[in-house]
Amino acid sequence: MSLTTTPPPGPGMSATANDLRRGSLPHHFPALLLAATAAVVAGVLLAFSSFGFVLWGLLTAVAYTVIVVTASARVEGGRKARDRLVTSLVYGCFLLAMLPLVSVLWTVLGNGLARFDPYFLSVSMNGVLPSMDAGGAYHAIVGTLAITGMATLISVPIGVMTAVYLVEYAEGRMKRTIMFFVDVMTGIPSIVAGLFVVALWIILFGPGATNGAAGAISLAVLMIPVVVRSSEEMLRLVPQDLREASYALGVPKWRTITKVVLPTSAAGLTTGIMLAIARVIGETAPLILTAGSSAVSINWNLFDGQMMSLPVFIYSQVRMGGAVNYERAWAAALTLILVVMLLFFLARMIGRLFAPKAR
Amino acid sequence: MAKRIDVSGLNVYYGDFKAVEDVSMTIEPRSVTAFIGSSGCGKSTFLRTLNRMHEVTPGARAEGKVLLDDLDVYGPDVDPVMVRSEVGMVFQKANPFPTMSIYDNVIAGARLNNRRMSRSEADELVERSLRGANLWEEVKDRLNKPGSGLSGGQQQRLCIARATAVKPSVLLMDEPCSALDPISTLAIEDLIHQLKEDYTIVIVTHNMQQAARVSDRTAFFNLSAPGKPGRLVEMGETNQMFTRPEKKETENYITGRFG
Repeated sequence: MSLTTTPPPGPGMSATANDLRRGSLPHHFPALLLAATAAVVAGVLLAFSSFGFVLWGLLTAVAYTVIVVTASARVEGGRKARDRLVTSLVYGCFLLAMLPLVSVLWTVLGNGLARFDPYFLSVSMNGVLPSMDAGGAYHAIVGTLAITGMATLISVPIGVMTAVYLVEYAEGRMKRTIMFFVDVMTGIPSIVAGLFVVALWIILFGPGATNGAAGAISLAVLMIPVVVRSSEEMLRLVPQDLREASYALGVPKWRTITKVVLPTSAAGLTTGIMLAIARVIGETAPLILTAGSSAVSINWNLFDGQMMSLPVFIYSQVRMGGAVNYERAWAAALTLILVVMLLFFLARMIGRLFAPKAR
Repeated sequence: MAKRIDVSGLNVYYGDFKAVEDVSMTIEPRSVTAFIGSSGCGKSTFLRTLNRMHEVTPGARAEGKVLLDDLDVYGPDVDPVMVRSEVGMVFQKANPFPTMSIYDNVIAGARLNNRRMSRSEADELVERSLRGANLWEEVKDRLNKPGSGLSGGQQQRLCIARATAVKPSVLLMDEPCSALDPISTLAIEDLIHQLKEDYTIVIVTHNMQQAARVSDRTAFFNLSAPGKPGRLVEMGETNQMFTRPEKKETENYITGRFG
């Protein structure tokens, strides 16, 4: 055996090129080093009495990375050192990305819990003056569920069927055109979707007609492209083998789609639909325009009168500006997050029910 | 029941590219016919034209005549869906439906076609098909478990059971053993021997020993030159093909002196 290229022997590495052994840092080295750097940096900062969490985290991260990479380069060689560098960077980015999420949850929990109780969840603002220490968000929860539910009922059939058409039937110019317009729809600002429905409602029912259905349709306009895109990806994941297996049994195409393709991708479709719901459930602007922002009483009827929803409730409470209003807004924000989490949990359950079982 | 296939002057195209040129052959009922030849010589493509499966691939079309007994498969009023329920197919990669149990996989052909069946009829069909595929003893206690939990060889036999459950007259097999170990391959080959009592079987294989073991007649396909369409070089009794082929080209391929 002849080696045409021999890597330059690094420090700490055996001089013979054929020796496969390398030095390695002890298994617990990174964790211990991280703890040590954190402690030292904290000590130094305290000594200069300029301790701050951001500065501390930043300096610890930089110091740890520099030390671990240098140590690894000396003991383990270049490839391992690069591995350690990238590992540190990836973990750093992960923490950076988690920071806003944790911060948002923490703030909402901290501020929202003050007023988040069964009473808040079970009464509306009917007959409650904005500054009174009473009232709740029940009417907004009802509105959010009704409007989002109807938007889902409208957009899921349209979206999934569009995706089926794109994946199973469409070809050439028609396919490109539809995909282009779906992309354009994805880019519509939500307020434009709201204005579109306002204009439509003025034409159909005259000026001043606001109701839940208008809000649902404006949300559906926003939801359809998201559903199409995610469903399309999921349907493409279904192996062509399965379609061919079905055709080879003499099964017509439409039955192959309804009985084989859709069930196989059901779990993915559910997840995609949930993401689309999460995308629109927090929409505020189109709902202010279409479903109104001054409803205070419980209204289950999508076709009659204004309808409050959680995001609009938050918005209008913040606009009022009193201490009690801020508390209501935070509690409503907490409610909205919990509703979304509950929906995701349900979707996971449903997805697991449909998912292909291995054994 | 088993039917004869008569192919005459068949050309297959993918868009503008001619993949198979001017194939004519007769496939006898109740026998096994093997297609051999190097990769990309069009034998799988040709196989798929026998039940119009090639039409699933965008841009693929075939010209010529394929007679199933007396019926022209490419006749103007022939529904490809009906052709496929008459000419079943088993694929290279076992592909049981992942959302269905073993039981449901076997009766998938009937269920997906919305044929009404009583519970006892369905049970009987499942047992008969699985017994026919030599799989019944291995799975009879777990019929409600997913088909994807079986081993590769069992999955392939499940696919054969699924294909025979719709009672076709012809069974096309596209390299059914290429992903299986020798024991599973033997099981499938034994099965092919039994199945030829009732079906016309066409099998594509890269394994010449397999062709010699299972088939009654063998057809050798080859490209005339790289980039040219594949064609049928020679077809005859398997014994004769492997001992005294008529063409030099066939002999070179069979003896491994291929270039």
